[in-house]
Amino acid sequence: MADRLLPMLVGAMSFLAVLAIAGTLAAAALAAEWQGDTGAALTVQVPDPTAPAVGGTRAAAVLAVLQAAPGVTAARQLSRTDIDALLKPWLGADAAQLALPVPAIITATWSGAGSIEGLRAALDEAAPGTLAETGARWAARVAALTASLQASAASVLVIVALVAAAVISIATRAGLAQGRDAITIIHGLGALDSDIADRFAIRATILAAIGAAFGAAFAVPVLLWLATLAQPFSGLAPQAAGPALPFILWAALPAVPLAAAAIGWVTTQFTVRGWLRRLA
Amino acid sequence: MVRFENVWLKYRRADTAADAAMPGIINDVSFEIEDGGFRWLIGASGAGKTSLLKLMYLAEHPSRGRIDILGTQAARISRREMAMLRRRIGVVYQDFRLLGHLSAYDNVALPMRLARKPEVQIRADVSELMRWVGLSEKLDRRPAELSGGEQQRIGIARAVVGRPKLLLADEPTGNLDDDQAERVMLLITALNRLGTTVVVATHNLGLVERYPAPRLEIAGGRLVADG
Repeated sequence: MADRLLPMLVGAMSFLAVLAIAGTLAAAALAAEWQGDTGAALTVQVPDPTAPAVGGTRAAAVLAVLQAAPGVTAARQLSRTDIDALLKPWLGADAAQLALPVPAIITATWSGAGSIEGLRAALDEAAPGTLAETGARWAARVAALTASLQASAASVLVIVALVAAAVISIATRAGLAQGRDAITIIHGLGALDSDIADRFAIRATILAAIGAAFGAAFAVPVLLWLATLAQPFSGLAPQAAGPALPFILWAALPAVPLAAAAIGWVTTQFTVRGWLRRLA
Repeated sequence: MVRFENVWLKYRRADTAADAAMPGIINDVSFEIEDGGFRWLIGASGAGKTSLLKLMYLAEHPSRGRIDILGTQAARISRREMAMLRRRIGVVYQDFRLLGHLSAYDNVALPMRLARKPEVQIRADVSELMRWVGLSEKLDRRPAELSGGEQQRIGIARAVVGRPKLLLADEPTGNLDDDQAERVMLLITALNRLGTTVVVATHNLGLVERYPAPRLEIAGGRLVADG
């Protein structure tokens, strides 16, 4: 009974472990991408952009300050069409006809060099009321979210390992109870604890490794399906051959049966040796 | 040498003074058997003979007192040393304790395999012993296919195959006819003459009379006669 149940349960645990590993890797990849894009973004709003200021309009004055500021590149004022497109989801297609006071929007890339407070002061001096927002706050939130996701995935891995160890321990105890008489006889004849523990451990290790290999293999199609669903959000171009899993995940797959085997070996050794210690 | 010094065995933990005062299975037993000695262990059923033997073959640890087996203080050795010590002790159990999934041959070979003896030596020694106990035609039989007497002889062969320094036998002739019992006693006394220390528990006083040797007599868990 235990011989059939053990690989099945370890297989199920390994399936979950692979999903958790994939989740960790995906969270790390998305975080790297999002943090890179979001953290570098600088958005500047200039109210009353056409009003006169030094060197022309308020918008032109702000743009000039940005172009001269250290750490700011690719400063570009969005066209009225771009702004209407941004407002369309909230104000509808005829936003342009509403005659609302719409600020000028200038986007740029912020390298992080220099002080954002100093830049804000310079912009406010060029056109009072100008707002400058970097993506740093959002990047920090994304980093915190990613860290939480990775911590959750790591917790899942630990729980999965503990449950697998518990399953192996219970199966070993069942085996010990079933073979109690024989073990007592062999022990009495002078078998070393290691002789008996190794016998159980070899069997549990093989069963755990087989179960984990099947569990990991069953996880692959699920991961490919999830990769298909996630592809639009990954920022990668769709591949003709279908979604691909990252190399590191392929490399991690064989580690799952190895880890299950190691858990099987160590758990069984502890369980059997502890049981023998109570025997005499 | 086997030495018991004020040995007690209680299965219940003495949590209270009342528990401590309760008599145990073995109560304050002291004796010494010299190397190569032979002792009959006699007493009524339930007197404590099997428990005393269990203490000798290290299946039980004393609640109190000191036990030296083959010159080793049992309480002071590691589990590995304990296993090694057990390999030097041959035990004939009253209830045979054969492994049901192994053949008669493999049951007898088990102590030698645990000691990692070469298979050639195992084959020679096991075959010789199986012939001696009259079961050379039943090497491949499982214990369930053998009679009680045959199982007892397998148990005896297993106990002596490793040429133990100490042989402990719990009613070794209980399931044997007179002829077989005689053969077994000849084997045991032959081993004793070769230097093996022997303790045989029995309630068969006829057997004790036929093979005169010092006796350990136990009653109510106490040693009432030694000599």
